[in-house]
Amino acid sequence: MRIAGRGMIDRRKPVSFTFDGRRYSGFAGDTVASALLANGQRLMGRSFKYHRPRGVLTAGSEEPNALVTTGVGPASEPNVRATTQEIYEGLAVRSQNAWPSLDFDVMAVNDLASPYLGAGFYYKTFMWPRRFWERVYEPVIRRAAGLGALSGQPNADAYEKAYAFCDLLVIGAGPTGLMAALAAGRAGADVILADEDAVMGGRLNAESEIVEGQPGQAWAAEVVAELAAMDNVRLMPRTTVTGAYDGGMFGALERVNQHRARRGTGAPLECFWRIAAKQSILAAGALERPVAFANNDRPGIMMAGAVRVYLNRWGVAPGKQVAVFGNNDDAHRTARELAAAGVHVAALIDCREGVRVQGAAYPVLSGAQVCNASGRKELEAVTIRTASGEHKIQADCLAISGGWNPSVHLTCHLNGRPTWNADIQAFVPTPGAVPGMRAAGACNGVFSTRGCFVAGLEAATAALEALGRKPVAINFPEAEDAAYKLEPLWAVAGKGRAWLDFQNDVCVKDVAQAAAENFRSVEHMKRYTTQGMAPDQGKNSNVTALAVLADATGRGIAETGTTTFRPPYTPVSIAAMGAGGQGKGFAPERFTTSHAASLAMKAPMVEAGLWYRPSYFPRGQERHWRQSCDREVGFVRNAVGICDVSTLGKIDIQGPDAAKLLDLVYVNTFSSLKVGKVRYGLMLREDGFVMDDGTCARLGDQHYLMTTTTGAAGQVMRHLEFVTQCLHPEWQVHVISVTDHWAQFAVAGPKSRDLLNGLLDAPIDNASFPFMACGAVQLGGVEARLFRISFSGEHAYEIAVPARYGAALFDLLVARAEAMGGGAYGMEALNVLRLEKGHLTHAEIDGRATAGDVGMEAMVSDAKDCIGKTMSERPGLRDPKRGQLVGLRPVGAVKQLTAGAFLFAPGDEAIRENAQGHTSSVGFSPDIGTFIGLGFVTRGRQRHGERLRMVDHLREIEAEVEICAPVFVDPEGGRARG
Amino acid sequence: MRIECPICGSRDRREFYYQGAAVALDRPAPDAGDAVWDVYLHLRDNPAGETRDLWQHEGGCGAWLVVTRDTVTHAISAVELASDVKRAMA
Repeated sequence: MRIAGRGMIDRRKPVSFTFDGRRYSGFAGDTVASALLANGQRLMGRSFKYHRPRGVLTAGSEEPNALVTTGVGPASEPNVRATTQEIYEGLAVRSQNAWPSLDFDVMAVNDLASPYLGAGFYYKTFMWPRRFWERVYEPVIRRAAGLGALSGQPNADAYEKAYAFCDLLVIGAGPTGLMAALAAGRAGADVILADEDAVMGGRLNAESEIVEGQPGQAWAAEVVAELAAMDNVRLMPRTTVTGAYDGGMFGALERVNQHRARRGTGAPLECFWRIAAKQSILAAGALERPVAFANNDRPGIMMAGAVRVYLNRWGVAPGKQVAVFGNNDDAHRTARELAAAGVHVAALIDCREGVRVQGAAYPVLSGAQVCNASGRKELEAVTIRTASGEHKIQADCLAISGGWNPSVHLTCHLNGRPTWNADIQAFVPTPGAVPGMRAAGACNGVFSTRGCFVAGLEAATAALEALGRKPVAINFPEAEDAAYKLEPLWAVAGKGRAWLDFQNDVCVKDVAQAAAENFRSVEHMKRYTTQGMAPDQGKNSNVTALAVLADATGRGIAETGTTTFRPPYTPVSIAAMGAGGQGKGFAPERFTTSHAASLAMKAPMVEAGLWYRPSYFPRGQERHWRQSCDREVGFVRNAVGICDVSTLGKIDIQGPDAAKLLDLVYVNTFSSLKVGKVRYGLMLREDGFVMDDGTCARLGDQHYLMTTTTGAAGQVMRHLEFVTQCLHPEWQVHVISVTDHWAQFAVAGPKSRDLLNGLLDAPIDNASFPFMACGAVQLGGVEARLFRISFSGEHAYEIAVPARYGAALFDLLVARAEAMGGGAYGMEALNVLRLEKGHLTHAEIDGRATAGDVGMEAMVSDAKDCIGKTMSERPGLRDPKRGQLVGLRPVGAVKQLTAGAFLFAPGDEAIRENAQGHTSSVGFSPDIGTFIGLGFVTRGRQRHGERLRMVDHLREIEAEVEICAPVFVDPEGGRARG
Repeated sequence: MRIECPICGSRDRREFYYQGAAVALDRPAPDAGDAVWDVYLHLRDNPAGETRDLWQHEGGCGAWLVVTRDTVTHAISAVELASDVKRAMA
């Protein structure tokens, strides 16, 4: 029912959309709720528990009833408030929580069973038999109760997150916020003005009042235009500031494209903002609260302030015969404006005694209360109780006002508690609850328009002062300045269910029952009844519910206190908060220079931290990865293999005190290392356990190059920076990560030197380049570094070139190797090769191993201190019963070994208490012809030759194993030196 | 939460790595004894009030910082370069 000549909609632009498949027409500027109401569609949802028919209650983000699902398929979005969703051409809206239809919902039978479904019903009713809870009761209850459902399909929409910075964040663009932004903007401050509505102006757009001689809506539009023209002011409409955080940080959700058809445009649906503000002004307004009475949830019963919004903002009359019920003067305003717009006002019912209205065109009932409502899917009549008894009057809409609750939420996000103000019977913010934030206007308990202008200007002046800026004089606009007078009325006495929390179906009797069962604390009452726990977080019901609780427990409201308001103020989608973090966006991908070549060779890639590395390079007839792996191991043992080892951390260390640093962080000594040599090093944490291992090369007198394992590169770098900055800032030494600067390849196998000598500008031999030598070489004129080190145990080198030459060098090395009967090898072969030599990875040094556990206690130098040395000498870390590194090989019928299995003495039961150790890594060794493994066994070094039982409880594999030395191939190490 | 890095300026806390109490700067001598080492490594105060933490500006300049903050109000009262603090301890 549109009313001619009213509203901020564009009547030249009709917009059609669907609701439950039926086509409706509205205008540009409409919300789903205003357009449905204009079409006479009152029924918009079904309630959470009882499936009661529900209509729209409010006109804002606090809406508890009119929750709908927008969109279809993967783009569908549940629990969208019809009151804030703007319509656009083709928008598809569906109702929720009803089957088979909104009009006829079979689950409405719950309403008849309501005597059994009160507060805490599921704690009491479904106790027996116990196992039925998970299998029967809970699934049934979950299906019967609830709101919208997710599509279950991957979310295809784009989301964004962003940072913003400002001097002053103004939250809310009603009269207070506009005045504050104007004052701060004119004074030159960097201002962000955020408002959850599409059109700024707040209640100025909702009322028909005169500001400075023109309609409030026009005045607001003028101010917004002036602000929009200022370079130092950013306007953020459709942006809800959802949370206040430490240090002047705020979270805010901008609904960038929720108001238009956006599929396929690639533009983000929503953006989650993190706003850093030096000062902030909360101008969030206030929310009107209902009065509880029997059947007060019937469609057609609405907030009195919301009725004015529909009338003035959208030109919609929410009914043909409207009754108005309230405990304050604001209800009178609604009756007045409805009558002025030509809508029939059935009665104005004011609970206060002795209220007179001069020249009212409708009956005014003073000292009266509405005590019941009739009509199921649509309000038909209300029952009025006066001193002389009860009588019914016909009404299809009831506008209620129980007073206004300031929106104090954000002032409580840092654990602040609001203060009870008896004058307005509401909580107001406690000053200073959020550092740098001032609450002003209606959210601070000031309800007249002129009062809000004053408060906005005062708050801006104070904020400017704190920012060290001079305020600019501003003329006050003339505006309404009526006093706010009310008499508390929370719940009308009587039989029948009277709703407090519409969204979670919590009634007055539920709160009374909670109090009777001794859930007297407001926090306990909340959890027992679920009041305030729905998506609206009790915006409409909290204060009324605790007033009812206070009454039931014989306490005052201030004494009863409030529950804790936590972020977010309104729901925020996880997709927006985690924007960019879906799929591959979760972790950046790091590619080596040989990545493309590896893919071209069809190598399956495996993740190593953020890196991607080839696991093996399949060839011709090979059907199983093991075949490829065995072949690649053979390349290295018999000819020459090429492997990209660039992912290992490389840290360049320079300065006069570089050697001191290395002596402190490694257990062994590096100051004695000669220039042109490489040494293996072991690094401990300060608590005495192994942190990492790797080689370190001395490239010059004051120049070392450390390598770390791929996984621990970041940790080791941080550790070196800790030592140089926090322990020894007096040392002259600098460390820098050069991992990405160099591409490095292992050239391993008996023919490795032959291969290299075909490429190096000056050939090498065993005398000029012995085992563990390093130095600068030239490769086709390119400066390269050569290290004679071996992870495979073969005669091997690692050659490093600046990363830009990496791809070319890899191709060249692989081609040469293939010509010599070898080729590229991947992670699987690399692992087998190191297992055969007993070399460590983080499967062995897993954070629980000591130098002694891995057989390297002799490396710990007696001549110097090192990180972790003192604590490694603790008795518990020197206990001979600790697990010691051993080799393992299968000796029974089962030939397979698995990593992570437990080891037991042959006769013992395979339970944790009897475990003698575990396997850490296993692999099939083509050289040995069986599986081999590394593991830790108590006193293991003395037990070579003993047999144990390996039990893998997860994979259900058992095998008999023999303990052996952890080196399976070339124990003397002659091959690497040859 | 934001931290004022003495080198880079005010930055979001996501750029920083949190380590723990700033007592880590005061590494005991190797022969200080078990009790001293135990305190250094394991025993931490849990004050309701001022505390000093080590953070690293890992996503920025790499500087280790000593951050003085209040565990009740979360207010940060001082941010210093750990190297400066350590030098002053000498």
